[in-house]
Amino acid sequence: MKDFGFAIEKPRALDTDKTNRELYTRLLKREPSFARCFQCGMCSATCSARNFTDYNIRRIHTLFRQGQTQELDQMLKACMLCGKCTLVCPRGVNLRHLIIQMRKLLNND
Amino acid sequence: MSTVAIIGAGVAGIEAAHVLASNGIKVKLFEKGASALKNIQDKAFLFPNFQSAQEIVTELSAKLLSDNIETFYETEIINLGNSQNSWVLTDKSGHEYVAQAVLVSTGYKVFDASRKEELGYGIYKGVITSLDMENMIRYDKIVNAVNSQPRNIVFLQCVGSRDEKVGNHYCSKLCCVTAVKQAIEVKKRLPQCQVSVFYMDLRMWGQGFEEMYRQAQEQYKINFVRGRISESASTFDGRLQIKSEDTLLGLPLKMTADLLVLMVGMEPSTGTTDLGKKCNICGEYGFIESLNPHIADNKTAIEGLYVAGTAKRPMTVQDCINDGRSAAVTIQDSLRTKNQSSNAD
Ligand code: SF4
Ligand code: SF4
Ligand code: SF4
Repeated sequence: MKDFGFAIEKPRALDTDKTNRELYTRLLKREPSFARCFQCGMCSATCSARNFTDYNIRRIHTLFRQGQTQELDQMLKACMLCGKCTLVCPRGVNLRHLIIQMRKLLNND
Repeated sequence: MSTVAIIGAGVAGIEAAHVLASNGIKVKLFEKGASALKNIQDKAFLFPNFQSAQEIVTELSAKLLSDNIETFYETEIINLGNSQNSWVLTDKSGHEYVAQAVLVSTGYKVFDASRKEELGYGIYKGVITSLDMENMIRYDKIVNAVNSQPRNIVFLQCVGSRDEKVGNHYCSKLCCVTAVKQAIEVKKRLPQCQVSVFYMDLRMWGQGFEEMYRQAQEQYKINFVRGRISESASTFDGRLQIKSEDTLLGLPLKMTADLLVLMVGMEPSTGTTDLGKKCNICGEYGFIESLNPHIADNKTAIEGLYVAGTAKRPMTVQDCINDGRSAAVTIQDSLRTKNQSSNAD
């Protein structure tokens, strides 16, 4: 194909009719506390990985919830599983376990 | 013997009438409609304890059965005048009534959702208001535009509130918790239906509200999305497509739904605005302004003229009951002081 120097990107809109919520449903079964998350961002605020890189655990689990899982496995590699996020979460989400389970599910485990 | 005139037989008005009457004060209660408690008659359950609204209606109606309360239905007071320490109230047909104090409890009306044309109320059958949804819940008949079972229901907060485009900067205070309550009620009846709530802020300010939100997430798996819906359109098969942004992800979003429930806000009723303007006690947006929100919240700038309930600002049923009681006590105090000073003369 001829390279015109620009291309049409795939639409960026979340099309919730097409998103597959199955993975999210399975994640909730493995870590039910995640349903309580109210998106405050305390987890990402305290996270050491967040302070030095683009890694953002709050955004990652929100993307997961919306079924946007394509790049998450790669992103989650920045997590050191230190568990600071779990310590601060005001809604008692077990984030450390959530992260482990997200990785497993993303790797068909 | 003093007489107090109360304009509006809603929650606040009835509670005030009851307290005054049980303290031996004569009450004339005016209602422009044919019956009392119009606004809560058509509710199903009240937050935060899911108490039946009909129970509250029965309890409050019973409070009107007092020898000291005289109720005038279909009597719209259109004028108020003050002469020699007493008030003269005139109704539509020219009758006059005399009282020593007047309590305005003329209440609210819901925002007319068709003013937000882009959301499609009155255009698409699947777009309904929170009042319509309340009725569906009450009669256990939650259906989509073609009378079958909905698969996806979307609630939208702040319709007619927090919106410069309709001239209302204020927050209506109860729509957030009402949406969460209704979402739970829907899920109880249709566990397979997907339910989403689009919000800007979830204002769960009251006792038990935050817990209800938590329950909505944890037990009922209701999908909360931060973002306001900009428009809705019909799909070829008669469903609705809505557009919004997931502002937490910074991504635009579209969704097909069977019902879009608009959480309409509270505006002052026409009775409130009319009387308020006539007596020059209107504050912002046409609600009646109290003298001081902390220490004289039932008084107005005019002596002998009092205010209670949603004529003042958006309030819950709980708030209205308390405010009605507090107005009764304020009026009683003023009448006593007035009588004492006239006895001393
Ligand atoms: S466990 Fe991972 S996400 Fe949580 S604070 Fe540590 S590095 Fe951040
Ligand atoms: S700290 Fe807890 S509630 Fe807050 S965003 Fe993280 S997981 Fe959600
Ligand atoms: S109570 Fe909630 S939905 Fe209602 S106006 Fe306020 S923020 Fe909006």
